Amino acid sequence: MMRAVSAAETAPTTYAWTVHAENLAVRAGRRLAVNGLDLALGTGVHGLLGPNGAGKTTLMRALATVVKPAGGRLDLLGENVSGRADLRRVRRRLGYLPQHFGFYPRFTVREFVEYMAWLKEMPKADIPGAVQRAVDRVGLTDRADARMKTLSGGMVRRAGIAQAIVNDPELLLLDEPTVGLDPEQRLDFRELLRDIGSDSCVLVSTHLVEDVAVACTDVVLVHEGRLVWQGTTGQLAAQGGTGDAGDSAAERGYSALLRAHRERVAA
Amino acid sequence: MTDHPTPTLISRYATGDDGVDDVTVWAVEAHLESCAGCRALLADAADPAARQLLDRVAVGIAAGLDAGPGPVRRRRLRRTGVAARLLPWLATTTALVVVAVLLEMVSGRMPSPVLLVAPLVPLLLVAAAWSRRTDPAWELIATVPRAGLPLLLRRTLAILTAVVPVLAVAGWWTGHSPALWLLPCLAFTAGALALGGLVGVDRAALGLAIAWSVGVITPSLVGQELPVVLQTRSWPGWALATVALSAVVLLRATDHSRLRADRS
Repeated sequence: MMRAVSAAETAPTTYAWTVHAENLAVRAGRRLAVNGLDLALGTGVHGLLGPNGAGKTTLMRALATVVKPAGGRLDLLGENVSGRADLRRVRRRLGYLPQHFGFYPRFTVREFVEYMAWLKEMPKADIPGAVQRAVDRVGLTDRADARMKTLSGGMVRRAGIAQAIVNDPELLLLDEPTVGLDPEQRLDFRELLRDIGSDSCVLVSTHLVEDVAVACTDVVLVHEGRLVWQGTTGQLAAQGGTGDAGDSAAERGYSALLRAHRERVAA
Repeated sequence: MTDHPTPTLISRYATGDDGVDDVTVWAVEAHLESCAGCRALLADAADPAARQLLDRVAVGIAAGLDAGPGPVRRRRLRRTGVAARLLPWLATTTALVVVAVLLEMVSGRMPSPVLLVAPLVPLLLVAAAWSRRTDPAWELIATVPRAGLPLLLRRTLAILTAVVPVLAVAGWWTGHSPALWLLPCLAFTAGALALGGLVGVDRAALGLAIAWSVGVITPSLVGQELPVVLQTRSWPGWALATVALSAVVLLRATDHSRLRADRS
């Protein structure tokens, strides 16, 4: 189903980067999980890679305006969100799938996505159509009126993706979206990502290098709260040599970059 | 556009006359999109074959609409699912009030338990409604534009409409003036929201509940005397506190735009 495009959507943007972080520091508990991170992201699908504890989830939560940065500057969609700014305008244009997300078990999928659309301050008349479209796009059409508590893990994940894309966000943040999806759904999901990434900024956090290699246009590699490397998927594959660990070119590139970074830090 | 194209031009446009240049075609098209009157002229100007085709398409679409799934029925009360998780807390609160009423009926000498617990009644529910531990969708709510003071006030209002009738029955049953149970209840709610901007609503509500229990309830039970703050002449103080704290809540609205995650 197609959607009419309004004049506001085709207007040129007045900012260079959808996400622009300078020397960003974010706390997770008492620890600075993101410390001195510089990042600039534009339109496209960006894969956020890094070992466990690299600060991926903390960075995602800061970008989703859940946590306030402890230091540095963060601009989203051209607006500064690091201070005591009014976040409503940014939040209306944001989609977020948390790593662990809860829901009200009595809701059906449609009610859940509708409730999220209402919380995102979408115009009342647009909500039913947008909800149906989001549910269709994640392939939950035939389970749209099933209660959330009766869904399998993969379906709950897809309902989560549906609520993230219901408002056609300009900045879409997905934290481990492919967990629990079977191989076929994963292919559909990559297709969906490419589709959304053609005109918005999508940041996908994952630890699966293969997901990034296939579905993303760009790669952002973080380690210990800092940006290690940023480049295209092709450049990532070109980084690895035959001696590096990994089954694919992208995995070898990933381990080569991490090893080089660790050596630099140690030296 | 205010100038309507002439009927001749429309009929030439409809038949695809070569004599009409591209710029005129675009102008006519742009006008037709926004003018129902000229669209009617266009429909008359179309040749019979095209009209037959359009009729066939209309019939086909109508048949498809009839055969397809009907529009989804909307449930009006979908947001009751959000409120349902607070029912156990509401039951606990109601039980607390019932116990207070029973205590007051049984022993006439001790300071009124109903008045002593009245300020605490909404606090438990306010804490539960805005706490990360009790709201499963907390992480999602924290990123939506409607989060913040408007949603907080909405939930608080829903809580008050649920607990005030309970308190009203208790107050009427025991014969206390509404000023002595309603105003403290409202003042403490406003206080929880005002303080909540700084430390988080759930912490503020629990902190106030503990402070009231330790500072007022315990001494009055020990001394077997109703504290000064709950005697009839103190109601202007409670009214003033309610108004002042509500003003603080509204003035410090941006405090609530983040759901206290930076301290979690």
